[in-house]
Amino acid sequence: MLYTKTPYAQHQFIDTEGKAVGNLPSWMENSEQLLRFYRTMTLIRLFDKRVVSLQRTGQMGTYASCLGQEAIGTAIGCALQPQDVFVPYYRDQAAQYLRGVTLPQMLQYWGGDEWGNHFTGTAAGDFPNCVPIATQVTHAAGIASAFKIRGEKRAALVTCGEGATSRGDFYEPMNLAGVWQLPLVLVVNNNQWAISVPRHLQTGAATIAQKAVAAGIEGFQVDGNDVCAVYDAVQYALEKARAGKGATLVEAVTYRLCDHTTADDATRYRDHEEVSAAWLKEPVKRLQTFLHERGLWNEQKEQQLVAECQAEIEQGVKDFQALPLQPVDDLFDYLFDTTPPHLIAQRERAKQKAARLAGGNRHGH
Amino acid sequence: MGTNGIFSNNSLQQTTGEQEPATHVVTLVEAVNLALARAMQNDPAVVVLGEDVGTNGGVFRATSGLKERFGCRRVMDTPLAEALIAGVSVGMASQGLKPVAEIQFMGFIYAAVEHIVSHAARLRHRTRGRLHCPMVLRTPFGGGIHAPEHHCESTEAIFAHIPGIRVVVPSSPTRAYGLLLSAIEDPDPVIFLEPSRLYRMVKQEIRDDGVGLPLDTCFTLRPGKDVTLIAWGACVHETLQAARELEKRNISAEVIDVASLNPIDYDTLLASVEKTGRCVIVQEAPRPCSVGSEIASVMAEKGLLFLKAPVERVNGFDTPIPYFRRENIYLPDVHEIVSAAVRALEFT
Ligand SMILES: Cc1ncc(C[n+]2csc(CCOP(=O)(O)OP(=O)(O)O)c2C)c(N)n1
Ligand SMILES: [Mg+2]
Repeated sequence: MLYTKTPYAQHQFIDTEGKAVGNLPSWMENSEQLLRFYRTMTLIRLFDKRVVSLQRTGQMGTYASCLGQEAIGTAIGCALQPQDVFVPYYRDQAAQYLRGVTLPQMLQYWGGDEWGNHFTGTAAGDFPNCVPIATQVTHAAGIASAFKIRGEKRAALVTCGEGATSRGDFYEPMNLAGVWQLPLVLVVNNNQWAISVPRHLQTGAATIAQKAVAAGIEGFQVDGNDVCAVYDAVQYALEKARAGKGATLVEAVTYRLCDHTTADDATRYRDHEEVSAAWLKEPVKRLQTFLHERGLWNEQKEQQLVAECQAEIEQGVKDFQALPLQPVDDLFDYLFDTTPPHLIAQRERAKQKAARLAGGNRHGH
Repeated sequence: MGTNGIFSNNSLQQTTGEQEPATHVVTLVEAVNLALARAMQNDPAVVVLGEDVGTNGGVFRATSGLKERFGCRRVMDTPLAEALIAGVSVGMASQGLKPVAEIQFMGFIYAAVEHIVSHAARLRHRTRGRLHCPMVLRTPFGGGIHAPEHHCESTEAIFAHIPGIRVVVPSSPTRAYGLLLSAIEDPDPVIFLEPSRLYRMVKQEIRDDGVGLPLDTCFTLRPGKDVTLIAWGACVHETLQAARELEKRNISAEVIDVASLNPIDYDTLLASVEKTGRCVIVQEAPRPCSVGSEIASVMAEKGLLFLKAPVERVNGFDTPIPYFRRENIYLPDVHEIVSAAVRALEFT
């Protein structure tokens, strides 16, 4: 078995040069899977860039880019099955896309509208993006507990950053997962930074993966820029969870090539050299080289893919921009199953206020 | 200040003689920064901790330059853990330090609440004065900044409800500077809520003289005789605008910034209502069990015979503050404050 108790080793199948490392798992012979990885990562990279540009031109709220971290979400999205529940944080655009969250919907979320959390399709049972750091890990443990109680062959997969692993909300559910043998997969996006706080100021532990040891669950590091390594690990952990064999912590080691969000300026706290060095290890180019050398990819296919992705993204942006402002009722009607009378009264006042504001009569009387 | 000189034999900068205090024209967030620097300069027991407060200078830059100036032993980037930040501050404070901790946004303070309620607020009381807890927890709060989910709440009532802590809200650069200095100097725990919408809205001239403002008084920002408008935090801004609108209609509104939400200076509020007979309370928070509820109830208890009209309240709806595209429907605006004042005046 590949994943024995080795919390300190870092698994990798494709190195930074795009070359195979060691014996590759048999599923990597499936070129369709590899191409799906590549298409998703390319789309998400281009999409991400477009969202940042929308923000820069005042058409989008604060946005958390996933630049350089596309492999993690892609692997997760491909490994999850429809019956599983995905509990994301906020850099999981690739996984959400693969779960069926549409581009306009992601834009709607970052564009300041709660309807961006109203997923459909496979994602209909998934949790929304989580902003209060690490809190989602506890919910994932609860979801996994429900599966366990009902004896279902389903897994909960939760993501967070390495900074999140400093919180009790990370340790406590991981501990529970060890005690209760929960069908839980924790994937940590270790992108080396939590806003301005570097990895070494976050924990004195040599790895994030070893935090699993104290919880009595399996944990290991994978090269988070090698989509195949992440996929293999997540796939292993999900199968194990569904089979009732307990929880796993996967630390995906990567690098945040972008600012923390569009509200951040990373030049205040990190060196340009560190960032340029990290660019040499980024996940998209690496997979492209690998595919190229296997004869699965060429310049013409690349051009065609980029054109397809651009078209999908531009359509997504257009659809987003055509979305109406949500009705005022929606601010009141989703608090309770049945909206109580005092909220109905307030809703009417809010509608009048909305009409006044829409009339541009903000300060008039 | 500065009796607990535990770092005093370090090579930290010390006050350099008696110089004329410099004057700066600053925003509210810069005033916070000035106050922090002044407090650290004057008292080596003052330390700053929180997420991104060091090299990054805080996500709003409130702690900008402090690490460079005072070193990483006094300006500490903590791991990402709010319960830890609050709990560690309690421990530090018990040892004679004066921790000034930053919670990055009020929406992330809730894990810290256990330490605030069960320990910071009660350490002195539980030990009958043997230990005490001179800590400050600063956090930006309130809406109107076009921010992601959970970055815009106004849950000051949660803290104002707790016996044993002060809750202080500045609404101008001058008051941010003076109130923060006093909060740090205060021997008891203070929750210091900074309205993020006002962080860069206006500039004021501040004399960096290290002189604090009293922590338990209201500030009457505008005298008036017809109606009393009571607000705190970012709403003070719209409330002042409303007073100017009312003036155009020959209505003279008195504007009071409550500033200290626990304890509240009811003497000033009641004296004003005794004069005007009318009271409008403005807050961003939802109404139930809020600071506005408490002020209104004291008006009913002690101001009933002064009142010529029911107390009016302008506030957010009883919903979470909407995500930013619909946020303006929620935030109290000038029109609503003016209408409430007019209703109070027209009441017969
Ligand atoms: C409980 C909580 N505290 C603070 C924040 C503010 N904040 C947002 S992201 C972030 C850093 C997160 O770092 P990490 O967990 O490494 O994830 P990354 O953003 O690097 O992917 C912080 C401090 C928050 N959202 N929630
Ligand atoms: Mg990180």
